Amino acid sequence: MSTPSTGPMIAVRRLVKRFGLRVVLRGVDLEVQAGEFVALLGPNGAGKTTLLRILATLSRPNHGEVRLAGYRLPGQASAARRYLGLVSHQPLLYGDLSAEQNLRFYARLYSVPRAGERIAALLERVGLASRRRDPVRTFSRGMQQRLAIARALLHDPRILLLDEPYTGLDQDAAARLDALLRPIAAEGRTVLMASHNLPRVAALASRFVVLSRGRIAASVSREHISDQDLLDFYRAAVMADRPAAPSASGGAA
Amino acid sequence: MTASQAPAPRETPLWRAMLAIVWKDLTAEWRSRELLSSMMVFALSVIFIFNFALELDARTRATVIGGVLWSTFTFAGTLGLNRSMAAEKDRGALDGLLLAPMDRSAIYLGKVLANWLFMLFMAALVVPLVSVFYNQNLFSPGLWGVIALGSLGYVAVGTLLAAMAVQARTRDMLLPILLLPLVLPVLIPAVRASMGFLRGLPWEDFAGAVHLLVATDLIFLAVGYMLFDTVMAE
Repeated sequence: MSTPSTGPMIAVRRLVKRFGLRVVLRGVDLEVQAGEFVALLGPNGAGKTTLLRILATLSRPNHGEVRLAGYRLPGQASAARRYLGLVSHQPLLYGDLSAEQNLRFYARLYSVPRAGERIAALLERVGLASRRRDPVRTFSRGMQQRLAIARALLHDPRILLLDEPYTGLDQDAAARLDALLRPIAAEGRTVLMASHNLPRVAALASRFVVLSRGRIAASVSREHISDQDLLDFYRAAVMADRPAAPSASGGAA
Repeated sequence: MTASQAPAPRETPLWRAMLAIVWKDLTAEWRSRELLSSMMVFALSVIFIFNFALELDARTRATVIGGVLWSTFTFAGTLGLNRSMAAEKDRGALDGLLLAPMDRSAIYLGKVLANWLFMLFMAALVVPLVSVFYNQNLFSPGLWGVIALGSLGYVAVGTLLAAMAVQARTRDMLLPILLLPLVLPVLIPAVRASMGFLRGLPWEDFAGAVHLLVATDLIFLAVGYMLFDTVMAE
């Protein structure tokens, strides 16, 4: 079996994805190094979720090259999945099972050693130890999202993909999610997070990448941009990639 | 614990992932009792309708009881298959399964085994009721063997089709439309073999139906095992 390379943890080259006639990703190039926390920004329909689903091995590209931890997708997807955790806007949990049963189930699927200790530690970390026996369907959206993070970290993945994790969360729940995400980057994991929430990602990410109309429109490191300039940077990247609007007089005969 | 310190997780063996899925389905059903209760209500309705709509004499009842039994299993089973796969779609849990480092056929085999157990449980409740309503002795080991084989073939093709249908918005309608014609190669020999055992016919008279049932089970299981990963790919 091949081993992971020492290169980037995520490497995407000339990635194209179509749904029927609609081209969603038009030659995306992206590299994320080990330990980086990259925020993937972009307007609705830019292709962020599609890109993350391809990286999560849930969707197949039409063209281009994708490598995760050195493993080529989709051919070596099964091996790459060992290194991968995903937090989506859905929690990927079973409502009829308790928090503990959900994690025990995923621990079995991932062959997590000493699963009992690991589950107890993660439930403590996400602040759900006291609710561990309650069915997930009784949890608030914020609690489900915190449990989803515990699920994604259960097998200690080196790469964490976050797809709009703040969707549907109130300010308190979003702040609690921030407090959970902050240490994840410090643990040396590679994180790629798609989000619309600029103020929140500004506090977490080490690099910002703007995806617009299925292409990487801009990229900047955290040290080269201030919080104040981030919104301008984002708007400029998205506007520059828009097709030129027809002039008001152009169509008049 | 940091990512660099963590040992790389091993690929989960197929049997272990399959048993984990069975455990999950049985535990979820134990807590909710949604699937079995809806299957039982539906099965009881079918039995009542057949019993009271068709006023049959004792001799005719003996000739149609196999068909009644398998019609009840089929209709109630469709409800169970739909519910079983819908639970995977709820809260995106199916993606959670697809992300796991394992052969995706484990999902298929685990769901087949869990659905089969649900079907057998339902049959264990339905058969005595049919026996009482139709005043027929249905306690034959041979019949139970046929129920086990027929249910296995039914869930083998049904689980695969439910996995296809669950991706569609019209999944509740789509599954019966796809399933009922395809499951005929299981239902026809299952009815014949059931009647053979219940009427005490010589083995040679219905051995072909039992052999066909076994062959159909193997074919459906093999096709489901091979196609499931492709079906799950968008």
